[in-house]
Amino acid sequence: MSASATGLRSWLTTTDHKRIGLLYFWTAFVFFLVGGLEALVIRAQLAGPNGTLVSAEAFNQLFTMHATTMVFLALMPLTAAFFNYIVPLQIGARDVAFPRLNAFSYWVFLLGGLFMNASFLFGAAPDGGWFGYANLTSKQYSPGLNIDFWLLGLQILGIASLAAGFNFIVTILNLRAPGLKMMRLPVFTWMVLVTQFLIITAFPVITVALVLLMFDRFFGTSFYLPAGGGNPVLWQHLFWIFGHPEVYILILPAMGIVSEVLPTFSRKPLFGYTVVVYSGVLIGFMGWGVWSHHMFSVGLGPIADSFFAATTLLIAIPTGVKIFNWIATLWGGQIRFAAAMKFALGFIAMFIIGGLSGVSHAAPPADLQQTDTYYVVAHIHYVLFGGTVFGLFAGMYYWWPKMTGRLLDERLGNWHFWLTFIGMNLAFFPMHFIGLLGMPRRIYTYGPELGVSTMNLVSTIGAFLIGIAALIFVYNMWRTRRHGAVAGDDPWGGATLEWSISSPPPPHNFDVIPTVASRLPRWSATQLKAIPEGAETAAPVHVPAGSWWPLIAASSLPIMATGAIGRMLPVVLAGVAILIVGIYRWAYEPFEA
Amino acid sequence: MTHATSLGLDSRKLAFWTFIGSECLLFGSLISTYLIYKGKSLVGPYPPEILDIPFTSFSTFDLLMSSLWMVLALAAVQRGDMKWAKVWLFGTALGGLIFLGGQVYEFSSFVHEGLTLQRNIFGATFFVLTGCHGAHVTVGVIWLLTLWVRALQGKLGPEHAMTVEITGLYWHFVDVVWIVIFTLVYLIQ
Repeated sequence: MSASATGLRSWLTTTDHKRIGLLYFWTAFVFFLVGGLEALVIRAQLAGPNGTLVSAEAFNQLFTMHATTMVFLALMPLTAAFFNYIVPLQIGARDVAFPRLNAFSYWVFLLGGLFMNASFLFGAAPDGGWFGYANLTSKQYSPGLNIDFWLLGLQILGIASLAAGFNFIVTILNLRAPGLKMMRLPVFTWMVLVTQFLIITAFPVITVALVLLMFDRFFGTSFYLPAGGGNPVLWQHLFWIFGHPEVYILILPAMGIVSEVLPTFSRKPLFGYTVVVYSGVLIGFMGWGVWSHHMFSVGLGPIADSFFAATTLLIAIPTGVKIFNWIATLWGGQIRFAAAMKFALGFIAMFIIGGLSGVSHAAPPADLQQTDTYYVVAHIHYVLFGGTVFGLFAGMYYWWPKMTGRLLDERLGNWHFWLTFIGMNLAFFPMHFIGLLGMPRRIYTYGPELGVSTMNLVSTIGAFLIGIAALIFVYNMWRTRRHGAVAGDDPWGGATLEWSISSPPPPHNFDVIPTVASRLPRWSATQLKAIPEGAETAAPVHVPAGSWWPLIAASSLPIMATGAIGRMLPVVLAGVAILIVGIYRWAYEPFEA
Repeated sequence: MTHATSLGLDSRKLAFWTFIGSECLLFGSLISTYLIYKGKSLVGPYPPEILDIPFTSFSTFDLLMSSLWMVLALAAVQRGDMKWAKVWLFGTALGGLIFLGGQVYEFSSFVHEGLTLQRNIFGATFFVLTGCHGAHVTVGVIWLLTLWVRALQGKLGPEHAMTVEITGLYWHFVDVVWIVIFTLVYLIQ
C-alpha cells in the first residue's frame, strides 16, 4: 500500500505528516465549532439579567467544557495541524522524524477528545472550570463523574502533546535540508520549536497535578485536602506552572504564522529576524517565571507578589519588541490586503489590546480588583481569540491553497474577517467594563441592579456575529471543493520552501531535497527564484507504508480511562495489555522511515 | 536506516534526551510535592520512625551496581561480544528486579506498621513518589529483559548498539533519580 492510496484504511494507518495534519485540522475544527456552540449558549444565557435558558449546573459544565475544548481540543490541535503539515515542508524534509509516533499523537488526541466529550452522554460533563481548582474538585464537593472525566481526559491529551513535542523537536533540529542553518529557519518553524520545548516541560507538571488529584479522588489520599494535611494551594502552583507556559504554547505558533504572512503580503523580509527569533525564545524562558501572577489573590506575601509582578512586566518587553518588528515589516512594503493579511493585521491590533490589559493584571493591587471578574475574561479573549484564533485564521487562508490546491474565496474571506473583527470587539470589549463594574465571571446569571444588562446584550450580539462569520468560513471551505480558484504551486509569492513544490505536495514532498543558501530561499533582490537543487539527482523515493499499531496503541488509553471511570479493574488491565502488545508490535514491525 | 542528520546525532537518541528532560520535570514536580509536604503530617507514623536507612542503602547500592553492569552490557554489544552482552543485560535486569523486590518488601512492611497512602500526607507523598520511580524501574526491567531475550534469540547484535545505548540512558536516568530520592527522602530527614 502506498501513501497515495485512498480509502478509510489508508487514513487509519497513515503516517504521512500531511495527512495527519489534515486529520488534526478537521478534528480540531469540529471541536472548535463545538466549543463555539458552547460559548453561544453561555452568551444566550447571559443576554439579559436573570436568564433561565440553562440551569446553574449546566452553566458550570458549559464554561468548563468551552474553555477545556478550546484550549486542548481546538486551538492546540489547530496549531498542531500546521506543525504537521507545514514544518516538514519548510525545512525541506520528507516527513517528521518519527512518522508512526506522529500518527500515535493524533489518535491519542482524537480519542482523548472523544472520551472527554462522552461525559455529556452521562450528563456528567466536567464542571470544575478548566483550571479545576482544589477543593472544587474534591470528592466531597464533586461526588459525580464530572471531574473524573476531566482529569482522565486531560491526562490522555497530555500524552498526545508530549509525544508530538519530542517528535517535532527532533524533526526541526535534525531533519533540516542542507544549508538550512538554525538562523535560516522560517520564523514559524522557530516558534514551533520553542512551543515544543514548552510542551515537553509544562505537560509533565500538569500530569503530576492531575495524578495527585486522581489519587485524592480514587484512592482517598489528601494531597489537596487540608483535613488530611494537604494544601489546595499546591494545586494552584502546579496548575499555573503548567498553565502559564500553556498560554505561550497557544500564542507562539500564532506569532510564527503572522511572522510568515506579514512579509509575504508586504513583499519585504521580516524586519529584525534575529530579534524576533530571540524574543520568541526569551518569551519561552520567561514564560516559566510568571505563574504566580495568576495567584495574587491567594496572599502569597509581598515578596512573592513583587517578584511575579516584576517578571510579568518584563515579559511584556520581548512581546512588545515583536509587535514593533511586525509594524516595521509593514513600513514601506507593497501591502496586499488578502484575507490572510487582514487576519494577521487584526492579530496585531487585537493582541496589543489583550497585551495591555495583561500588563494591567501584572500590578497586584490592580489585579485584586480584576481577579474573577469579566475583565479577565475580556483579557484572555483578546489574546486567545484576537491573538491565537486570528493568527490561525491567517494561517488557514495562507496555507489552505498549499494543503488543498485551491484558494479560499477572498470576497467571502473579507466578510469573514470583518464580521469576526466587529463581532469579537462587540463581544469582548464591553467585558472590560462589565468586569470593572463588578460582575463576577463563571456565574450563571446576574441581577438588573448591577447595571450591566445592556453591555451583556451587546456582548451576546457580538458573539453571535462571530458565529455567523464562522459559518461563512465553513461555507468558504466547502465551496473550494469545486469552485475555488486553482492555486498553483505558489499563489502568494512566498519566500519559504513549502511554496517551491506542488499544491498539494506529493507524498514524498521533495523529488530532490533542496539546498538552502539564505533565510528567504525563494526570494532574491528582484524576483522569485528557483531553489538550487542538491547534487543528487531525482531517484525513486521510498514512501513508508502505513501502520495499524499507532492507532491500536492509542486506543488502549481511553480503554484504561473508561475502566477507571467505571471502577472496573479488568478493563484497565485489558487496556494495559493492548498497550503492551501495541508497543511490541510497533517496535518490531518492519517499518522503514 | 541511519540517515545523515542535521546535528549529526542519532534522531532516536536526541528524542530520548528530550524525553529525559521532560521526565526531569515529572520527577521534579513529585519531589517538590514531597518536600513541600515534609513535616506536614497530622498523625504518624513519621519518617524517622519508619524509614530503614541501612536496608535502603543496600537497595541503592544494588541499583548503582546495575548501572555499572549496564555500561558493561553496552560495551559488550558495541564490540560484538554477545556472550558477555547477554550476561550483563541479564545482570542489569536482575539488579533492577532485586531493587523492586526490596521496594515490595519495604512497602509491605510500611503498610504493616500503619503507613498507608491514606494514613497521612507523608504516606501519600512517599508512596506516590517512590511508586512512580518503581514503575519506571519496572518498565526498565521489562525493556532489558526484552533485549536479553532478543540476544538469546540471536536477534541482537552490534548493529543494535544504539538501541542498547538508549536503554542505558533510560536506566542511568532512573538510577540518578533514585540517588536524588534516596538523599532527599531517606538521608536528609
